[in-house]
Amino acid sequence: MSRAALLVLADGRFPAGGHAHSGGAEAAVRAGRITGAAELEDFCRGRLHTAGLVAASVAAAAALGCEPAGLDAAADARTPSPALRLAARRLGRQLVRAARATWPSPGLDALARDFPKGAHQPVVLGLTARAAGLGPEDAAYCAAYESVSGPATAVVRLLGLDPFEAAGVLARLAPEVDEVVGRAVAAARDAAVEGVDVLPAASAPLLEVCAEAHAAWSVRLFAS
Amino acid sequence: MHLDHSHDATGAPVPSADARRPDGRRRALRIGLGGPVGSGKTATVAALCRALREEFSLAVVTNDIYTREDAEFLLREAVLPPERIAAVETGACPHTAIRDDISANLEAVEELEEETGPLDLVLVESGGDNLTATFSRGLVDAQIFVIDVAGGDDIPRKGGPGVTTSDLLVVNKTDLAPYVGSDLARMAADAKAARGELPVVLQSLRGEGGVGEVAAWVRARLAAWTA
Ligand SMILES: Nc1nc2c(ncn2[C@@H]2O[C@H](COP(=O)(O)OP(=O)(O)O)[C@@H](O)[C@H]2O)c(=O)[nH]1
Ligand SMILES: [Mg+2]
Repeated sequence: MSRAALLVLADGRFPAGGHAHSGGAEAAVRAGRITGAAELEDFCRGRLHTAGLVAASVAAAAALGCEPAGLDAAADARTPSPALRLAARRLGRQLVRAARATWPSPGLDALARDFPKGAHQPVVLGLTARAAGLGPEDAAYCAAYESVSGPATAVVRLLGLDPFEAAGVLARLAPEVDEVVGRAVAAARDAAVEGVDVLPAASAPLLEVCAEAHAAWSVRLFAS
Repeated sequence: MHLDHSHDATGAPVPSADARRPDGRRRALRIGLGGPVGSGKTATVAALCRALREEFSLAVVTNDIYTREDAEFLLREAVLPPERIAAVETGACPHTAIRDDISANLEAVEELEEETGPLDLVLVESGGDNLTATFSRGLVDAQIFVIDVAGGDDIPRKGGPGVTTSDLLVVNKTDLAPYVGSDLARMAADAKAARGELPVVLQSLRGEGGVGEVAAWVRARLAAWTA
């Protein structure tokens, strides 16, 4: 296993479509809920412990070898907003394309074949980690970190927030990312034995509601 | 010219620039249109659609800074049926979506081809950016860079990758040259110096020739693609 493979996968410049998604930050900025670094931190913290935890546990379970179709259904059940389901599948399909080109593997080929409209992004992320020779913890780290780095980058663009402040927010959240990853991997190991129903189902209703409204805006900068 | 790239063990095409679709048919030729905001990219796309739609099966992908502005202009102008026009969101970074992370654009192109195909040609319009924004070779087979005379007649001299390396440079809005004091002969000479053998078209979409020369260039690319 190569440590550096984790850096390739976790790099914000990995070409898998994430740059066009704000993780709900665009809607929160418009609603006046994020106006600076302190609110960005609150927003990211909320997202990390809800959507981030769920994504990290699904990704870890996929990396452990849980069956993709079951995990995809579990992710669907944990994503009430149709707009967010669609976004997650789009991102999943974009990631599978990038991953197959980067780490060719039969598992990813099968995933692309079985989910022509895309599987939920964390499922693909877990299988990508596997293909890259990485483990469940690595997959969970990518998902958990992505759940906060996406909104942080978006807010730099949306508000002109000082990028050093945004980096500071991510650094302050790092211990909590560690903690979420620990919980996610433990849950994934349980799911490998007991089934996907035991995966966390934390949810952020405001993120779901605002994602629906955002998807209906006629003018927006981010896809979600 | 374009090789049929390798296929993986499952027979699925390798991602990005593969010249064949999964069913073995040749995919559509993809031409990107880039250049600064307001230079006339959308107007050129609209004119190309009108000029070529009787001869070829066409579709358009737009990459707006704000979602759907360009797509909606094309819809209003009814240059193509709505199902042949797709808009991609670019997260405030239009150059990223056409160069550094092309995945959303590739999806849009492939979806158009699946849903409305077979297509001969897909035009991909960039959201408009600075002079350094160019398309990835993984997304398009050829690119047109559109500048205009009103943006300043020193742009061809200043160069930049769009001006110097695009497959076709279009200097648009020549009708405005007298009003903005741009020297067309100098723009043409500077462009030639910057580009060597690569072609340059000076056009006015308000003038008689319209998009004719650019349409002829596209026709030639299509002939080479399907040869
Ligand atoms: N006078 C003149 N105006 C043009 C020409 N081509 C485009 N325009 C106008 O320039 C403006 C910007 O064009 P548009 O195609 O939207 O630019 P884009 O941002 O590059 O897509 C519009 O008002 C067009 O009608 C031209 O050849 N001559
Ligand atoms: Mg335009």
